[in-house]
Amino acid sequence: MLSTLASSMMLGMSELIPEQASTYAPDVDHLYYFLVGTTIFFTVLISGAILYFFIKYRRRSNNEIPQPIAGSMVLESAWSIIPFIISLGMFAWGAKIYLDQYTIPKDATDIYVVGKQWMWKFQHPEGQREINELHVPVGKKIRLVMASEDVIHSFFVPAFRMKEDVVPGPNRYSTVWFEATQTGTFHIFCSQYCGTSHSAMIGWVTVMDDKDYQSWLAGGAAQGSMADQGAALFQQFGCASCHRSDAQGQCPRLDGIYGKEQLLEGGEKVVADDSYIRESVLSPLAKVVAGFKPVMPSFQGQVSEEQLQQLIAYIKSIGPPEANNVTPGAPQGSTKISGAASNPVSRPPIMTTGSPNVGAPQNERAMPEVLPPANPAAPNQPGQTR
Amino acid sequence: MEPQAGPGLAEPVNYLNNGYGLKSWLLTKDHKRIAILYLISVSTFFAIGGIFALLIRINLLSPSGEFTPDTYNRLFTAHGIIMVFFFLVPAVPAILGNFFLPIMIGAKDLAFPKINLLSWYLYMIGAAFGVIAIIAGGVDTGWTFYAPYSTSYSNSNVLMAGIAIFIVGFSSILTGLNFIVTVHTMRAPGMTWFRLPLFVWAHYATALVIMLGTPVLAITVSLMALERIAHVGIFDPAMGGDPVLFQHMFWFYSHPAVYIMVLPSMGVVSELIANLSRKNIFGYKFVAMSSLAIAVFGFLVWGHHLFVSTQSVYLGLIFSFLSYAVAIPSAIKVFNWTATLFKGSISYDTPMLYGLGFIGLFLIGGMTGLFVAALGMDVHVHDTYFVIAHFHYVMVGGSLMGFLGGMHLWWSKMTGREYPEYWARAAMVIQFVGFNLTFFPQFILGYLGMPRRYASYPPEFQVLHVLSTAGATILGLGMLMTFIYLIWSLKNGKRATANPWGAPGLEWRTSSPPPTENFYETPVVTWEAYEFAPIETMQILGYPGDPGVPSQPVSSEHGTED
Repeated sequence: MLSTLASSMMLGMSELIPEQASTYAPDVDHLYYFLVGTTIFFTVLISGAILYFFIKYRRRSNNEIPQPIAGSMVLESAWSIIPFIISLGMFAWGAKIYLDQYTIPKDATDIYVVGKQWMWKFQHPEGQREINELHVPVGKKIRLVMASEDVIHSFFVPAFRMKEDVVPGPNRYSTVWFEATQTGTFHIFCSQYCGTSHSAMIGWVTVMDDKDYQSWLAGGAAQGSMADQGAALFQQFGCASCHRSDAQGQCPRLDGIYGKEQLLEGGEKVVADDSYIRESVLSPLAKVVAGFKPVMPSFQGQVSEEQLQQLIAYIKSIGPPEANNVTPGAPQGSTKISGAASNPVSRPPIMTTGSPNVGAPQNERAMPEVLPPANPAAPNQPGQTR
Repeated sequence: MEPQAGPGLAEPVNYLNNGYGLKSWLLTKDHKRIAILYLISVSTFFAIGGIFALLIRINLLSPSGEFTPDTYNRLFTAHGIIMVFFFLVPAVPAILGNFFLPIMIGAKDLAFPKINLLSWYLYMIGAAFGVIAIIAGGVDTGWTFYAPYSTSYSNSNVLMAGIAIFIVGFSSILTGLNFIVTVHTMRAPGMTWFRLPLFVWAHYATALVIMLGTPVLAITVSLMALERIAHVGIFDPAMGGDPVLFQHMFWFYSHPAVYIMVLPSMGVVSELIANLSRKNIFGYKFVAMSSLAIAVFGFLVWGHHLFVSTQSVYLGLIFSFLSYAVAIPSAIKVFNWTATLFKGSISYDTPMLYGLGFIGLFLIGGMTGLFVAALGMDVHVHDTYFVIAHFHYVMVGGSLMGFLGGMHLWWSKMTGREYPEYWARAAMVIQFVGFNLTFFPQFILGYLGMPRRYASYPPEFQVLHVLSTAGATILGLGMLMTFIYLIWSLKNGKRATANPWGAPGLEWRTSSPPPTENFYETPVVTWEAYEFAPIETMQILGYPGDPGVPSQPVSSEHGTED
């Protein structure tokens, strides 16, 4: 017992909080210190008062009956209002950090995550795939676009003070972002109970400096970038026969729609983000674009989560339509919310025939100075929150 | 029968010796006997839940775990289900509330005695299903039953456990119904609303929450069963459902359920503090109304369990704000209890120790609630041991301390025997130390990132886990002590007098144990709540001839040194 206690003392102050490895980790810790300080203050205040009364007013004779004391409106008001004001401060502080954690920056790079019983699978835009290991560059904003194949999981990196449930369902991706501030390896935990091997659904995120990350990227991706693989799937699933780029198809053109507002049947509007594209593949009849018939079949069960993410990466990567060829439903001027138009490495519009642009050049293209290398996928919505 | 206490003479008729057969217990309509039935069954489940807790702690002694993950998952699920639904929810209301609420307001019984008995049978039937679920292989969903794991993936006895919870829910609904009607219609002459003991106010507020919240639990469990059996897509997205909907529905009951578990204990603590310091509760009306405020606000904060569940950020802001609002009434109670001690006559007897233990532990439980209510903080500590430690400080440090304090305050009234004071004080201190050693390290574990419901864990967490297990062992020994000396006192404890604490409440103006109809004549209340007076001046309305005070001077065990 004593030795255990002693070793826990030795463990000491350095081990009371995890490493601070993301931009918002210090913010969370500052709030933590404030909350701990407030807790200590009130605990000492109240316990001190109790102990003082406990000794000072101990019963001295079994027959004594103390004078009753009526309440005090002043005191009641004081100890209602002061804690309320303090807690308002805590609320505002906590809310500010939360908004930072869930407002995805415009210039974040996407990494795709699939949670399944009981592993984490990752896909980088460049095509590298990993299981239970995630390599990221230091000092870059990363957005995780996460889906679950089965039950609810939760992606938790204590060193980043980052956590988000990965909820299954056809109409949503869970998204969260971080920017690592130091290199090293940090725990990934699944923090939402997901069955037998929940506690084995753990992994490591390795934060590397730019150079190491570049050489790591260069080492993999035999099958080309996610967008290349998505392009192949686009042909394989027959998507290309309807979603033609020559406006002859009976389905909406997809080039350049990513991140743009779409007008739906019924007058509603929806932004064509990852979640919308996902829903349109899995439940195509849920939100049909205005002017088109609800003819698309569902691909639920035919397309895996990873393939779906590749398809989305492809749709993201394909270039905008020519200026005079406006996507149905996309109102004029809406392009200002999309970065697609300024995408420096846009792909050519969809070809209905011919082989997709698959293959090796990907990595060579990736190597030079542009970071992240291939397909800096269309930037996300500015200030997008879930 | 002419009742006469004393050796060699027949005991006066009281609720305990008024009939001995099994039938006289199993078919009783006496709220006091039903309370004893509840005491036996609820304590049994508390012991079982405690054994599961110790097995959990044993598993976590080593990073790789002592049991298989499947076994461990069943252990923590059984621990959670038993402790929440079969111990914490019924403990104080169904035992102490059942026994004392009618006596405290001067009534002969609850408004619906047969329904009261029915509620115990529902509890037992629900408990039987729960036991079958555990014996037949257990449940591995956690007590929260999150979909779609519970509805489509788990291969364990989810349905059986769901039935158990469904049935036991109706048991508490009936108890709540009985309390509300009784408080409204059966108060003795002169017992106005603001003369009610705060224990009664707390139970009234609790009964409102039970009545409004528990049906939603029944609905949620039914929908879960419907999806599991008939594959109607409600929660599982593969069938067109929404898994987050389950969480909304589950926490719409289960967050108010936290107040079902802690409000009655808060009522007990008001009695402990007032009666053992012989002071009226400071700010009586504020404490009474704060119970109602907690009951109302408690229904508006369920979404703070969903801050990382892909719930809208704006919804998160609202739920966080409301969660801070619900903290204020609890703070008001703590400040008022503390102020009550000022210039009191504070006894060092066990109930007071439990009362102060409650305040200290609930204070930490409540303050750490402010951590998890802060959005940016919750993202990090959500589903970690920080949350485990937080709610055990509220549930064990709060509800359990209140329950044990109440058991000691009223033990002599319930059984006619006194518990051994020094053993009880020692046990309380051991439990307090053991509790803190168990759960304080878990705050640190949680902030370091240790997720909950892990059968195995990275080795750097081991030291804190071992500390926690050591604490649980001490806590378990403390509980065992209490269990043994209370049983021992049934035969060997000193005979109790009507009013050992010199307290003014109606339950102290009848005999120990009380007669079957509580009072031999209907009491007329002419005093305010917690209006202390010399013990000789209080009329005893128990069996005729009960002097109310011992013939010999009060022993030093129950007084302090003169």
